[in-house]
Amino acid sequence: MGGMHVLDPYQPGRSVLHAMPAQCKIVAALGYVICVVVTPITAGWAFLAHLLVLVTLCAVARLRALLVVRRLALELPFLAFAAALPFVVPGPRVEVLGLGLSRPGLEQAFGLLARATLGLMTVIVLAATTPARDLLVGLERLRLPPVIIAVASFMIRYAGLVVGQMRRMAVARRSRGHEARSLRATGVLAASLGTLFIRSYERGERVHLAMLARGYSGTLPGALPTAAPRPAQWTLAGGLIAFGATVAVVARNAGLGLL
Amino acid sequence: MKPADGSATQTGPAGAGPPAVEIDGLAFAYPDGRQVLFGVDLVIARGERVAVLGPNGAGKTTLMLHLNGILTAGAGSIRIEGLAVAGPKMREIRRRVGLVFQDPDDQLFMPTVGQDVAFGPANLGLRGPELAERVAEALSAVGLAGYADRAPHHLSLGERRRAAVATVLAMRPDVLVLDEPSANLDPAGRRELAEVLGGLDLTLIMVTHDLPYALQLCARSVILDQGVIAADGSTAVLLSNEELMSAHRLELPFGFNPRHVLTDSRGVMP
Repeated sequence: MGGMHVLDPYQPGRSVLHAMPAQCKIVAALGYVICVVVTPITAGWAFLAHLLVLVTLCAVARLRALLVVRRLALELPFLAFAAALPFVVPGPRVEVLGLGLSRPGLEQAFGLLARATLGLMTVIVLAATTPARDLLVGLERLRLPPVIIAVASFMIRYAGLVVGQMRRMAVARRSRGHEARSLRATGVLAASLGTLFIRSYERGERVHLAMLARGYSGTLPGALPTAAPRPAQWTLAGGLIAFGATVAVVARNAGLGLL
Repeated sequence: MKPADGSATQTGPAGAGPPAVEIDGLAFAYPDGRQVLFGVDLVIARGERVAVLGPNGAGKTTLMLHLNGILTAGAGSIRIEGLAVAGPKMREIRRRVGLVFQDPDDQLFMPTVGQDVAFGPANLGLRGPELAERVAEALSAVGLAGYADRAPHHLSLGERRRAAVATVLAMRPDVLVLDEPSANLDPAGRRELAEVLGGLDLTLIMVTHDLPYALQLCARSVILDQGVIAADGSTAVLLSNEELMSAHRLELPFGFNPRHVLTDSRGVMP
């Protein structure tokens, strides 16, 4: 079924990135996003360098360009906000195609666009090369609180079921002649969502009971042992962050020098 | 395996007008490219009760979702009482064809059974006393009179399934389509549902793995396998044909012999 990639974005493959343990990739992705965020928006070349790095990563992971672009569509709502900035931010105006646009507004819009795109691309690479269960193992290795890991793992397990249930309910509604066109449909949708909530809640209780029946006492057993990262893999992850940091620092200094 | 696009001009039994359901060369593939139906031809006369049998993955549910236009035919055509399932007449099609889904919890989503039964006819534009009358009529038809103010999640599975049938009956359909109506019911729930279904005066299509139930309720059966109708005939004859049954992964429950059932009840199930 289409549109399921939000729930299961993993793309099987055998690249270096696929082979890298999840904790290395999580650290590298987080580190790189921070580097992108601290890069000053006045340094256009630095963003180009970041983009180049991410495109290279996509290529290494053998992700299809179309797939990456389609997933980037997730940021479209934010871009609508960015597009409004040049018109509403006060400050000195510049003439672009006969329109008087705010210069700081343009810069902020560019910053938002560039950072959102690069950040999202980082996450796309991470999610496409790491199965969800490995992400959980990685987070556990990084000593995230077990409760959060447990919540995340239940979410991954049951999100698909809830969405499936939602779809079946929608089909059953349409079969009885319902068409979600007018505002009046919101009442029906609200009732559906309420029912869905109650059923998910009840399912939660049943799952909990089933866990208790198998001796659950408040702590989940740790993940199965996985292969420890090799030094080379940590080096690769670290190198990525180091490169991003260098770009950020140079861009920052260049910006200071200009002032 | 190509869908036939010849226009078979079959009609129902003599003088009965157009057949209740007329499927002609229906082929369908899901958007991901998985083809499920490869040219299904099926004519069901008015008032007939037909069981659709077949192994898992044969396309039974897909076929069912075509009957009221939830899925649109990739090739071929479907007509309900002569009206093509396509285009602007979809609301009328969904009134004529009532689908009862396997999991009643998918169907019942309103806070009370009464409100849920009212949902379909209200979509058809009914209001006020007329709507209330429909609800009462549908609930009593399934033996749930007086349940209108109960919450669906307080009912047993058997009651919920009958309530799901009521939600569809309230739309006064011409064709009732049920997906696995007997699944997970206890024997009493099974019998109660059979009594309700057996007493209905409309065309009934039942998708099921429950072969005794098919024999009990439907004089005719079709076997759907690998996206085509593999066999079509009297339920008793099909179920007695061991070779045919095993060729399509159909198995009777242990100790069940359709011939014995038939001799016991003079050829027709009570």
